[in-house]
Amino acid sequence: MTLTRETAINAVLFVGLLIAALIAYLLDEPFIITMATKVAIFSIAGIGLNLALGYGGLVSFGHAAFFGFGGYVAGILANHALNNTLVFSWPIEMAGTNSMLMIWPVAIFLSALVALLIGVLSLRTSGVYFIMITLAFAQMIYYFAISWPAYGGEDGLPTYIRNSFPGLNTLNPIEFFLICFVWLGVSLMLCSAIVHSRFGLALQGTRQNEQRVTSVGIDPFRVKLVAFVISGGITGLAGTLYTDLNRFVSPSVFSWQTSGEIMVFVILGGVARLFGPLAGAALFITMEFTLGGMTEHWQLWLGLLLLFVVLYTPGGLIGVLTSGRGKDV
Amino acid sequence: MNPLLSLKDVTAFYGVSQALFGVNITLNQGEVVALMGRNGMGKTTTIHTICRLLPHSDGIITFKGTDISTLPSYKIAQMGVGLVPEGRRCFPNLTVKENLIATARKGEWELMSVIDLFPRLGEREGQFANTLSGGEQQMLAIGRALMTNPTLLILDEATEGLAPVVRQEIWAAVSTLKHAGLSILIVDKSLKELLRIADKCVLLEKGESVWAGVAKELTPALCDRYLGV
Repeated sequence: MTLTRETAINAVLFVGLLIAALIAYLLDEPFIITMATKVAIFSIAGIGLNLALGYGGLVSFGHAAFFGFGGYVAGILANHALNNTLVFSWPIEMAGTNSMLMIWPVAIFLSALVALLIGVLSLRTSGVYFIMITLAFAQMIYYFAISWPAYGGEDGLPTYIRNSFPGLNTLNPIEFFLICFVWLGVSLMLCSAIVHSRFGLALQGTRQNEQRVTSVGIDPFRVKLVAFVISGGITGLAGTLYTDLNRFVSPSVFSWQTSGEIMVFVILGGVARLFGPLAGAALFITMEFTLGGMTEHWQLWLGLLLLFVVLYTPGGLIGVLTSGRGKDV
Repeated sequence: MNPLLSLKDVTAFYGVSQALFGVNITLNQGEVVALMGRNGMGKTTTIHTICRLLPHSDGIITFKGTDISTLPSYKIAQMGVGLVPEGRRCFPNLTVKENLIATARKGEWELMSVIDLFPRLGEREGQFANTLSGGEQQMLAIGRALMTNPTLLILDEATEGLAPVVRQEIWAAVSTLKHAGLSILIVDKSLKELLRIADKCVLLEKGESVWAGVAKELTPALCDRYLGV
């Protein structure tokens, strides 16, 4: 019963986002389309984090590193394409590009690679030490980006035009929204497939008790590392889309506030709930828009809501709507 | 013929406290060996040491002729040591089916054969493990270990705290596994059932193996002295 209801709510959330954007398009409200696009992008970032945090119990406070890395990959490649310069010339010549089809795989691969490097070191720890190490890595990259004048340093890097996708005018808000929406669907399907696979079950088992999984022949470190790498790749993709949305990327995408926001999407929506990040991101952005219009201290209300969710509804928004505890909460 | 599992003069510590003072066990392929002793004599510690959930400090532990005493526990499990731990310890927030699939490795044992052994698991397939009765959780714990397709199954207090009827079901399953040729190292409090099913017994006293032999040779005097029965 609960699962059926949750499936229905998930469908309403997913289709609702599409309908909201289409209605905004019909009413000629590009701002609402942009908001819906932001929801889709932040949801993808949240889906990435949810895989590590929700299903793997890896409380990463450094996912901004992957989000920012994806963002900077898009920005740097587009910037070089715009200026018609090489990104690097050794050992091979690498030109810039403003094709999304080229940028996405590079961004996903490099973000996943960064996740691998960070994961190999940080996953040897757990608990508060894991939180602090992931945060430290993200902050290192943040300060590096600030002090890297070649790509704008603290001022950031504008890309002026949105990267291109064959057959679509990506500058048209609804068309760019549709790209992000399709990626949201792909991310959800990928996450669902992972969670229900043997690997995903082992990951959830690892979260519940590492000793138990080792005694049945599963290497918990390897399982967590693979999950962290996939998580980093998905979050990196979200960063790429975010750069395209803003046509600008700055070091703030690497900041701990970004990591915190992605975590808020997951917690608000429901930890280890497949559509939790979508619910969380939608609620967050709606609050930002509605309460932000009334008071500049809207985050006070967000904080109170977060306190309420953490204390009384560990299943997050999805948990409240399904009136039941999820299997993984 | 090399024994399947061999422990020679194995010692182990919890911090600075020595728990095992010299355990010797020889288990051949297809045998059921009962590890016996009163509470606190080191039975579970011995099992944890075999699976390297507790590192040993001295002695040699071999499995299939390979020294496993320094391997990480997941590698030991991958080599074919399937542990059913004391207290069942299923993954509470996974369903019965998910618990079984999560640990599956290729081999003779798969979902359907486990359900054939424990039909109740088939009836509870979609239920979360933490909603099962103690007996069903125990069946799940055994099923989960079988899904790893072990060469050696280690059962630590598999019938502890269960209703007599459920215990009989577990013993019947263990008997089926024995007749299927699976090697088993078993710890349990039910002496009568252990003696019925075990080929050999090893008695532990204060962390040391003090007697080993064929189950039929376990005399009342030995039982009285080392088991208190």
